Amino acid sequence: MFLSKDPFNVIIGGVGGQGNVLASQILGEILVSQGYVITIGETYGASQRGGAVMSHLRISGKDQFSPLIPEGQCDLLVALEPVEGLRILDFYGNPKVMTLLNTRTIHPIDVISGDATYPEVSRIISEIKELSRRVWTLNATEIALEMGDPIFSNIVMLGALCAMDVLPINREGFESIIKDLLPSRRLDENMKAFDKGREAVQEI
Amino acid sequence: MISIAQNTPGKTVLLMGNEAIARGALEAGVKVCAAYPGNPSSEIIGTLAKVAKEMGLHVEWSVNEKVALEVAAAASLAGLRGLCAMKQNGLNVASDFLLNLNLTGCKGGLVLVVADDPAAVSSSNEEDSRIFAKLADLPLLEPADFQEAKEMTKMAFEISEKLELPVLIRSVTRVSHARGNVSLDELPKSGPKPKFETSQPRLAFPATANHKVLHEKLNKAKQMFEESAFNFYRGPKKPEWMLVTSGSGWMYALEAVVNLKVQDRVGILKVGTTWPLPENFVLNHLTKSDRILFIEEVDPFLENNVKEIYAQNCLDLGLKAFSGKANKIVPDVGELNPEIVTHAIMNLLNVLYEPRPAEYAQRVHEATSELVPTRALGFCAGCPHRATYWAIKVALALDGKGGFVLGDIGCYSLGMGPSGFGQMKTLHAMGSGAGLACGFGQLDRFGLEQPVLAVCGDSTFYHAAMPALANAYYNGASFLLLLLDNSATAMTGFQPHPGTGSTATGNEAPVIDLKAICEVFGARVEVVDPFDVATTVETLLRLLQDEKGVKVLILKRECALVSAKHQKRPYKVEVDTKRCLGESCGCNRLCTRIFKCPGLMWDMESGKACVDEAICTGCGVCAEICPATAIRKEAA
Repeated sequence: MFLSKDPFNVIIGGVGGQGNVLASQILGEILVSQGYVITIGETYGASQRGGAVMSHLRISGKDQFSPLIPEGQCDLLVALEPVEGLRILDFYGNPKVMTLLNTRTIHPIDVISGDATYPEVSRIISEIKELSRRVWTLNATEIALEMGDPIFSNIVMLGALCAMDVLPINREGFESIIKDLLPSRRLDENMKAFDKGREAVQEI
Repeated sequence: MISIAQNTPGKTVLLMGNEAIARGALEAGVKVCAAYPGNPSSEIIGTLAKVAKEMGLHVEWSVNEKVALEVAAAASLAGLRGLCAMKQNGLNVASDFLLNLNLTGCKGGLVLVVADDPAAVSSSNEEDSRIFAKLADLPLLEPADFQEAKEMTKMAFEISEKLELPVLIRSVTRVSHARGNVSLDELPKSGPKPKFETSQPRLAFPATANHKVLHEKLNKAKQMFEESAFNFYRGPKKPEWMLVTSGSGWMYALEAVVNLKVQDRVGILKVGTTWPLPENFVLNHLTKSDRILFIEEVDPFLENNVKEIYAQNCLDLGLKAFSGKANKIVPDVGELNPEIVTHAIMNLLNVLYEPRPAEYAQRVHEATSELVPTRALGFCAGCPHRATYWAIKVALALDGKGGFVLGDIGCYSLGMGPSGFGQMKTLHAMGSGAGLACGFGQLDRFGLEQPVLAVCGDSTFYHAAMPALANAYYNGASFLLLLLDNSATAMTGFQPHPGTGSTATGNEAPVIDLKAICEVFGARVEVVDPFDVATTVETLLRLLQDEKGVKVLILKRECALVSAKHQKRPYKVEVDTKRCLGESCGCNRLCTRIFKCPGLMWDMESGKACVDEAICTGCGVCAEICPATAIRKEAA
């Protein structure tokens, strides 16, 4: 598969602790092994502290690009959390963007304390649909919790991404990378999470 | 994880800038590597520590940056190659040694990597460390991408050995902490045997003579840099504008020029050897255009140094217009990004550019401003610091004498914000909480009635607070030092330190006991578990009302993220909806509105608290503070 655009810009975003950094690293390594030139940048400093975080992944057939995607230039958004998806579209979205959304919410401190409200998830999904060319959804956190640990939700999302068929990645490529990246005892459960994501994702 | 120790020349791998620097050091045959962790530099030594045994290196987390530089310099003085890494603030700590080491010179290649944090995303300041190269008369390289980060590190060792001078590499967050393609080269097989030449003592004295030699060496560096492949120009022969970039500015400039479709009007000069600047190279390129725009992070370092060269030669060069930080075309604070660079070029060339349809931009702004709540940073669920600051807040309120907390550097710096209940009132350098307490702790004689408290983490204590504690006892200061011992250098990635019992490379190490040190320094020491909220508050209150002198309360509880790596959740936490009285309780939603742990939620439908099982780590602290005992913890 060829890239529909060069550079093809992917943002993986969510809340600190959801695993956007590892997901982008896995995706980047799959693509480098296929000969692409990859740059990954990330929001920084807030990675474990509950802040809004994102990784910028830039895929090119020829050049190294800067680690920050310019305004309005996101081609594919992988949102690990609903309002974070909308927050990222605010600066990086455009009418052609494709969005994969994990529908499970994580409440910000201001919402927990009652100083702000979290909107209805259905409202966010419909706004994201309005603002994207194509949208896919699944509840990756729920799937991960059913597997016994929310830590798998980023891998579930990568499985979903694979099933969408918009990036040149497949199951074998994922497997060969996580064999190197993660301890071998974690291989089976990660492949299971990946497959569950592939099955659960739906275009809306 | 890709091992940076693989000997696979020609292979292309995805590496973080910091890993590329580490790989460059391996390809250069480095033997001794030392650092104190600090973002965005931490992965340089962290990565090398992982391959230390395999590669036969000595890699250590030193107690602070000055010691780290001394350790790496010792290797160099014995003829081996040494690497030292730190963040920008760290260079302040190491600078005393550095500004004498430049006078003695070194032998084996010695490279000091400083990773700056423009916009201070993970720091207390955004200082530009390049000024130290000028101050210390040392060669400086600035990588612009990942491959160059590796190549420059290798080259820096060569330059260092040729000049017998330490060489500085200045990286920034968007190089150090981003990832990209890196092509690997051969790893060397063997190195020299170390020997310190006693016939050649390394004495900064006599300073003036050594200073003269230093200037001669720097002049040699200037000559070497004239031919450096790290400096080049891309663009038309006679551009209307020439952009002069270093570091991260290079790739932003490249992309902006393409997006704005001004490739035939704008050229880009990329400078990688930014001190001393290769004068002839700069002069040759200054003849290309009469309009120059500088793009660099953070200070106008390149900008001012190029202008210096211009001023010296202006009669030959004629009039030129310079733009950059001096005339505010580029902001002189904060981090660069594609938009800043794009707008600077748009303004100067008077071109229009619409990154996306205006109608779309307006629609998405409207939706976001209506629907998206802010997401403030806070302590992680189950973080012992939240419990600590809670206890401080309660104890200070009960004590009622206006006591305040002097802050320090670490995760617990977030104590200045909502998740630390705004308790931390000062923030400066490593160890400065205890240091300021030495001063505040003397002011009672002038009538200061407020109790003085300071917070300090375990790693920070070894780094910079021990001298303050010695000073306090010696000079008779009165304060309460709270040692927040979470058994890790948590903020930078859980690196071990002298209190953890292991070294950077995973070897067992003796534990330097915090309590014992504090007692030796004359403090009265008590230890509590911050998760035992009642005891912590009671102890704090007692110590606040105690007699004068230095008191230390060690709040011992492992970082929740470290605990999660090796143990299951201690408790299953649930809200008993029958007991939770919601808004009518009178507690003012203590668990959520006041305590604000992200593991809790407020269910708008039932009007009661609930637990977010995807976030809760099962520390059980909220069960202790709920006045209606509606939050229950059961051993999991």
